[in-house]
Amino acid sequence: MLTETLPVANAPDALPATRPIELTINGKKRQFRLAPWTTLLDALREYANLTGTKKGCDHGQCGACTVLIDGKRVNACLTLAVMHEDHTITTIEGLADSATGQFHPLQQAFIDHDAFQCGYCTPGQICSAVGMLNEGKVENKADQIRELMSGNLCRCGAYPHIVDAIQEVMNKDR
Amino acid sequence: MNPFAYSRPASLADTVNELAGSSRSRIIAGGTNLIDLMKENVERPAQLIDINRLPFSTIDELPDGGLRLGALVTNADTAYHPLVEQRYPLLSQTILAGASPQLRNMATNGGNLFQRTRCYYFYDTSMPCNKRAATNNGPGGCAAYGGYNRIHAILGTTDDTNGQSSCVATYPSDMAVALTALDAVVQVTGPNGDRSIPMADFHRLPGAEPWRDNTTQPGEVVTAIDLPTRGFPDHYTYIKVRDRSSYAFALVSVAVGLEMDGDVVRDARIALGGVAHKPWRKSEAEQLLIGKTLSPETIRPVADALLAGARGYGHNDFKIELAHRAIIRAVLKSGLDNGAVE
Repeated sequence: MLTETLPVANAPDALPATRPIELTINGKKRQFRLAPWTTLLDALREYANLTGTKKGCDHGQCGACTVLIDGKRVNACLTLAVMHEDHTITTIEGLADSATGQFHPLQQAFIDHDAFQCGYCTPGQICSAVGMLNEGKVENKADQIRELMSGNLCRCGAYPHIVDAIQEVMNKDR
Repeated sequence: MNPFAYSRPASLADTVNELAGSSRSRIIAGGTNLIDLMKENVERPAQLIDINRLPFSTIDELPDGGLRLGALVTNADTAYHPLVEQRYPLLSQTILAGASPQLRNMATNGGNLFQRTRCYYFYDTSMPCNKRAATNNGPGGCAAYGGYNRIHAILGTTDDTNGQSSCVATYPSDMAVALTALDAVVQVTGPNGDRSIPMADFHRLPGAEPWRDNTTQPGEVVTAIDLPTRGFPDHYTYIKVRDRSSYAFALVSVAVGLEMDGDVVRDARIALGGVAHKPWRKSEAEQLLIGKTLSPETIRPVADALLAGARGYGHNDFKIELAHRAIIRAVLKSGLDNGAVE
């Protein structure tokens, strides 16, 4: 183990070929040819042309790449596309009502509450909030919302308005 | 990220075979730590073995009254499982004190045990590190020993003068601190069959081989973590001291479980995180609490015993006093009310 891992020897014997991968994104099955090291984030942005999902830190620390896999919020930068062939992926582009084009209530609430400044973290914030409400573990209290949204950073500091927007949606759901 | 081959074995036996076949293979489950390390070129596997479709994603009751946590159950599903919340609230609260909701939705119980240290010199392949040098990834030595070591270990370190095996890294998991306090047992399957590893023996001190984080053997796969019957649901606390109030690694953490007979302690478990290369526990320290009523005076000798031999490396000197105070506060809180995370 200690002797065989010189940098040159560390490369695989042959570069693995890309492989056909089918992903279900925003209700549609789509086919790609991807290398196994393509992250879900890069697959969405560079191959599916869904650039709503943002690359911030690319290390799971900022939450800008948050998407929903089978309804659960995850960091798309820390998972490989090839691992999700049997899952349903929802991005910010898939939240609005596809028939009417009407915004998801959280999207509308973010606009109404001015819950962003530059907007770069917003798709991740909204997907994370949708995931949080799906989980059903949060009460309509600001401190709980802040804790359960702590995986999403906003460098503009729009946090108070983000919490307001989420609370409004939770109030309407009652 | 370096190129790698990807496989998805259909069975545990195939997984063990593939894993045992090459030291350059790694298992991927949640991937939250491994993919990050691969992006930093700290890990450079030639093959990833995706085990997500293997049947280890349930939580089941054991015949003896304990609970078996499948290795592939996510941290979130474990923390919010009704039986874990009811019988092992210490574990539930401890898991929820770690990472972010997104990461807890991906990270698995098995993967949590294999987290690498968050030592910033380990992450920087241009810096000396005895953990990385063992795989020819960067120079040997320990940059943290004489460097900026605010987050580093105060107990069980290796600090030999020639630096050949020095290591002051900490193991970063919250979950494992609670598992250690609860006397959990890790179930593994390898080329030589199945074996059980008590949590106390799963992770190891750096010793002369700081590149070895744990005691698993090549080819071994974690399939489950078993919780014994006693979960200390009436008196428990997890205190996590960190630089911000959420989404940060522990500088010092304390997991406590007590059994009380009125005001008197009948049994005690105390485990520390953020202070060593493994969760830190000493039964002789816990024994000092048995038969005592709880007060800062009765707990102080316990903290002394638990932290015996602690030493700082400059920037982390504060951890010794911090740990001492956190232990007293956590034990007091466990006895007086039912403590949640702070």
